[in-house]
Amino acid sequence: MNEAIKRISDRVGLPRLIISLLFFSICVMALILKLPASSLISDVIRRFGMFGILALAMIPSIQCGTGPNFALPLGIVCGLFAMTITIQFGLTSLIWGNGFWASVIIAIPFAALAGWIYGMMLNKIKGSEMLVATYTGFSIVSFMCIIWVVIPFKNPEMAWPIGKGLRVTFALDKSFAYFLNNFLMIKIGEIIIPTGLLLFFFGTCLAVWVFLRSKIGVALRAAGDNPKFAQASGIDVDKCRIIGTVLSNVLGAIGIIVYAQSFGFVQLYLAPLYMAFPAVAAVLIGGASAKKAKISHAILGVFLFQGLLTVALPVANQIFSEGNLSEVLRMIVQNGIILYAITKVGGAD
Amino acid sequence: MDEMNNISVQEYKDKGKNLKRFFIEHSATMLFLVMCIIASYFSGYPVSSIVREIVTRLSRNAFLVLSLIIPVLAGMGLNFGIVIGAMAGQIAIVAVTHFGIYGIKGFLLCIVLSTPLAIIFGILIGRLLNKTKGQEMIASLIAGFFTMGLYQFLFLFMIGTVIPMKNKVLMLSGGVGIRNTIDLGRNDKGIKYALDNLWKMPLWKLMIIASIISTIVIITIYFWNKRKGKDVNTRKLIFNLGISFLVLLGGIIVLNGGKRFVRIQVPMVTGMVIAGLCIFNVLIVKTKLGQDFRTVGQDMHIAKVSGINVDKIRIIAVTISILLAAWGQIIFLQNIGTLSTYGSHVQIATFSIAAILIGGASVSRATIGQALLGVVLFHTLFYVSPKAGNNLFGAAQIGEYFRAFVAYGVIGISLGLHAWRKAVGKK
Repeated sequence: MNEAIKRISDRVGLPRLIISLLFFSICVMALILKLPASSLISDVIRRFGMFGILALAMIPSIQCGTGPNFALPLGIVCGLFAMTITIQFGLTSLIWGNGFWASVIIAIPFAALAGWIYGMMLNKIKGSEMLVATYTGFSIVSFMCIIWVVIPFKNPEMAWPIGKGLRVTFALDKSFAYFLNNFLMIKIGEIIIPTGLLLFFFGTCLAVWVFLRSKIGVALRAAGDNPKFAQASGIDVDKCRIIGTVLSNVLGAIGIIVYAQSFGFVQLYLAPLYMAFPAVAAVLIGGASAKKAKISHAILGVFLFQGLLTVALPVANQIFSEGNLSEVLRMIVQNGIILYAITKVGGAD
Repeated sequence: MDEMNNISVQEYKDKGKNLKRFFIEHSATMLFLVMCIIASYFSGYPVSSIVREIVTRLSRNAFLVLSLIIPVLAGMGLNFGIVIGAMAGQIAIVAVTHFGIYGIKGFLLCIVLSTPLAIIFGILIGRLLNKTKGQEMIASLIAGFFTMGLYQFLFLFMIGTVIPMKNKVLMLSGGVGIRNTIDLGRNDKGIKYALDNLWKMPLWKLMIIASIISTIVIITIYFWNKRKGKDVNTRKLIFNLGISFLVLLGGIIVLNGGKRFVRIQVPMVTGMVIAGLCIFNVLIVKTKLGQDFRTVGQDMHIAKVSGINVDKIRIIAVTISILLAAWGQIIFLQNIGTLSTYGSHVQIATFSIAAILIGGASVSRATIGQALLGVVLFHTLFYVSPKAGNNLFGAAQIGEYFRAFVAYGVIGISLGLHAWRKAVGKK
């Protein structure tokens, strides 16, 4: 009996198993509590698309061998910066997708450059990527806090009316709020399906999938799988790691733009500080490890993790009206999963 | 102490010979020294209030920062898990505040209650870190986040439901969960200043007394050794006397620096506790256990071959660190006077680690001197930077964000440098 359980948990992966069960039981509880199913399902789909690309950003970095990209805030601030530029220079006409496409186009070169520099740094510190990445992320976020204060952007949509700097949160009402979400939006009964958002997410997944099967992509995966073997067969491992990091960083930047349009607001300053952790946890829940990951892991993981959190919120509020039980649940689940993955890395050494 | 002085004089001489190397090795500390001086200047704070702030913050934070040293010795890097110790301390404080025991009795009870908690947490974290060898720092960091979740669960949802407790002052209005802030000094019925106010002495008096005592001790030891026919080092004597003279001079300056300077008080008992921890850190290295820490820290395989139970030694190192952090947090909070139930512990590891790194420590080497110097530099910067930011750029937030950037950046850079050296060493 124990053997059988172990075999199943080995095949499915312990985190995936636990979170699936948790998700299922919370869904049952939601049904028992008679929460409105249609709005919950709409929310789950929306949050799935909203966080999807941020989790997808982990895939190239794990595959190229630099581990989960804890420095995701580096890509995120590039995306945030691109959005402030878009708003400041008023690139919000329909040609620019109300500013969405403009932000994406502006973000890519910034994110690629930052990722390239950061990738070169990662090549110098092989074996300690996770820790250094975490603190790179923290440092860049606190550095950008200073930039948000001193940046001479004066557009009233995002600057403080009095005093210096940009606001902590600003709305995208007059630009690209819900741009993707409203594109070809379908209503089935009460359930809202943000077709544009899902199309964009799956399109990005497909693009990454195709890229990883191109010649460069295959080399990249080989470099991540077995660096010594790859080196021996003539693959430039360091270069592959840089490409993976750049890709991850660009996805992080695009991810935050998608997130912001779906949320309707841009959050500056300390908001991105801990954003890497839910993304890392999501791919791990999906079945990835710190050394192996597939795109399907990101898709499944985001669905399970964000689904769990979305449904847990109203359920938790029914049980405890005071305090934020679902936030506490998020902290425990997210960090517990990451911790579990780290113990597996240590075991391999 | 004798041996330590010997080493310091030796180092001093070498440094004199090789000034360039000295500056390169201590570039980070030097940079922060310069930054502190510049920021202090632009903050416009009077020197007296900066000195007062340094004295307060040194007594408040030194114990926590010193708790980082033993894991470094045992080769486990900087223990981000001290937040877990801090949480153990806070659990004890909440309990004691609920019991309504205050003053030094309450303080001591906090210490007693936090000890078993911290030891249990320490053993658990130690076992976790044994499973993640080579990734201890990230594991302890994430373990800290994870424990914060459990801690919030305990204080927001368990209290009043699973754990019966009734206290209108401490608990939320619904009867479940602890309030966000707990005043530890309300109507003098808390542990605020319980340790600090036991015995205070003006700074000038302390400096003059210390210099007189140390002069007598230094001269006695010198002549004692001379009479016994041991080797005596006149250079060392002059160096040590010079330092005590400087302390005396400092005391006289403080005494004549005006009312504000004269009023600066030093919490003597807190100081003694910190000094006690310093001595403990020095002495433990000389015991069998301390030697085992060192051996494990240098090479786990060699330690294993020579019959040391590596895993057990590592667990002991982390447990000591977490226990000290729990006590350190209690000392920290009795000085602050308010417990932010869900916030006081969050930045403890980041700030303590940033401080010890600024003092010149690294992932593989940390000393008491570096810890204390780091606290002085980091907290000076911490105190003056918002005001300096306001005066220089017209926005106090710039200073605040700058100090956060400094804390994260210094940790990032020094971890990166360490990893880089390790990677180069492997090749």
